[in-house]
Amino acid sequence: MTAAGPVIPNFGKASACITDNRAFCWGWVRAHWHDTLEPHLIQHVELTFVAVAIGFALAFVLALLSHRFRRLDQPVAIVAGLIYTIPSLAAFLVVLPIFGISYTTIEVPLTGYSLVLLYPNITAGLRAAPADVLEAAHGMGLTRIQTLWRVELPLAVPAIIGGLRIAAVSTVSIGTIAAIVGGKGLGEPIFIALGAPHPFRTEIYAAGGLVVVLALSLDLVLVVTRRMLVPWTRA
Amino acid sequence: MNTTRAATIEFDCVSKRYPGRDEQALHDFSLEIPAGTFCVLVGPSGGGKTTALKMVNRLVSFDEGDIRIDGRSVRDLEPVELRRGIGYVIQQVGLFPHMTVGDNIATVPRLLGWNRSRTRERAVELLELVGLEAADAKRYPAQLSGGQRQRVGLARALAADPPVLLMDEPFGALDPITRARLQQEVRRLHHEVARTVIFVTHDIDEAILMGDRIAIMREGGMLAQYDTPDAILASPADSFVEQFIGEDRALRRLALRRVGEVELEPDGAGDAPRVSTATTVRNALSLMVGSQSDSVCVVGDDGTVKGVLRLARVEELLR
Repeated sequence: MTAAGPVIPNFGKASACITDNRAFCWGWVRAHWHDTLEPHLIQHVELTFVAVAIGFALAFVLALLSHRFRRLDQPVAIVAGLIYTIPSLAAFLVVLPIFGISYTTIEVPLTGYSLVLLYPNITAGLRAAPADVLEAAHGMGLTRIQTLWRVELPLAVPAIIGGLRIAAVSTVSIGTIAAIVGGKGLGEPIFIALGAPHPFRTEIYAAGGLVVVLALSLDLVLVVTRRMLVPWTRA
Repeated sequence: MNTTRAATIEFDCVSKRYPGRDEQALHDFSLEIPAGTFCVLVGPSGGGKTTALKMVNRLVSFDEGDIRIDGRSVRDLEPVELRRGIGYVIQQVGLFPHMTVGDNIATVPRLLGWNRSRTRERAVELLELVGLEAADAKRYPAQLSGGQRQRVGLARALAADPPVLLMDEPFGALDPITRARLQQEVRRLHHEVARTVIFVTHDIDEAILMGDRIAIMREGGMLAQYDTPDAILASPADSFVEQFIGEDRALRRLALRRVGEVELEPDGAGDAPRVSTATTVRNALSLMVGSQSDSVCVVGDDGTVKGVLRLARVEELLR
């Protein structure tokens, strides 16, 4: 792990706050926003989006398949459950020898986690359509595909968004650990600050705080999206 | 009654056995329902009423025999195409919770490719027909009462003006007052736009009230009797039907007729209880018994005396 720039402050010119390694120095955050915090925040957002997007696409296809062929559901759910029990650190280290220190090594486990978190929510959502609603759809002459797109999927939206909230928040948090295999994301400044002889508190708190803010923001965006997409429950 | 849009439905020796069951769900079942008839299938559970109903739109398959709509076998049509031409109303309504009332009603017209303005006009027309307001089109099912939901269910079933309407215990989940109101309105609707209706219920009172014809079914999916309510009440085919329609069948028969429809004797007695022409003969009889009088005086809407109904005449009606 190498620092991308002057992350370790020059103790000679630094303020007393920094030299004393007090709890939190705003001056450091202002000085290093552009060279340290902002680039890592952007990387973190990118990591999360790619992992959740690919994880969602895969989980969606798998869920549609197991909705159509019910026998698939149990095996897929079991495998997904097993994958989720792998500790995140171990998962990164398992993938590391395959892809080396790279973007792929970060994204494979992150995508896997969001897939296994999303799959059960999407399948549960597809099953949320009440029996009488499906019978009416069938009886009125909707085809199986029409029933899926016009009835089952819209009714699955609340569960799908619920799954996306869990996947987004946990990907943001697990993504912090990804820094050990790829040097990307908000985990990077945290690990660097932790690695110093006297762990630099301001940097740890600033980067850690951004992780929390990012997770909460994504959650909020999804809650708002749900309100817009699901007007019928606001009766 | 305009029956141009109605169709005849014929069950021709239809049999069905569900896999894994010993007894047949429907046994050699034959029934001819003339175009525009309101036909009620009634009987105890296990009688195969719902099975028979769902065979018409092929939600349930049959092993033997045939079902024809206007002479055409339901097996000759694609199930999806067949179903779009048949209105279907179920007890739990099954409205799409994520769609507005208007979109729910527009389901089949959209499947059939109607254009936007025709679909919207039709939805408004139907809302009015089933006693709702045009503004209700924008509401969601969760915002409606049980009775309103079933009205929407009915409007949705009627949207593409199908010649056949299947109703599977449509009022079973409603409170008695809402149920009575909807029963009246469905009868009225049937008089306005006659379709061939198959209506399933386990309630003999509802069957007598609603049906032009009643098919009484017994366990094992067999037809016990098929006739008009009056004929069934007057002469039940066997002891099963007799028991099913109840010991008060004479009174039920009298409830089918209003005193205004009965031939009356000229005015005679002075102090007999007075009833309006819309009173049922059953209620008139109740009044006679209650007031220990052997007649009632029938009065028209304008207050003029139409005549006298005597106890002896009531007895004659039952012969």
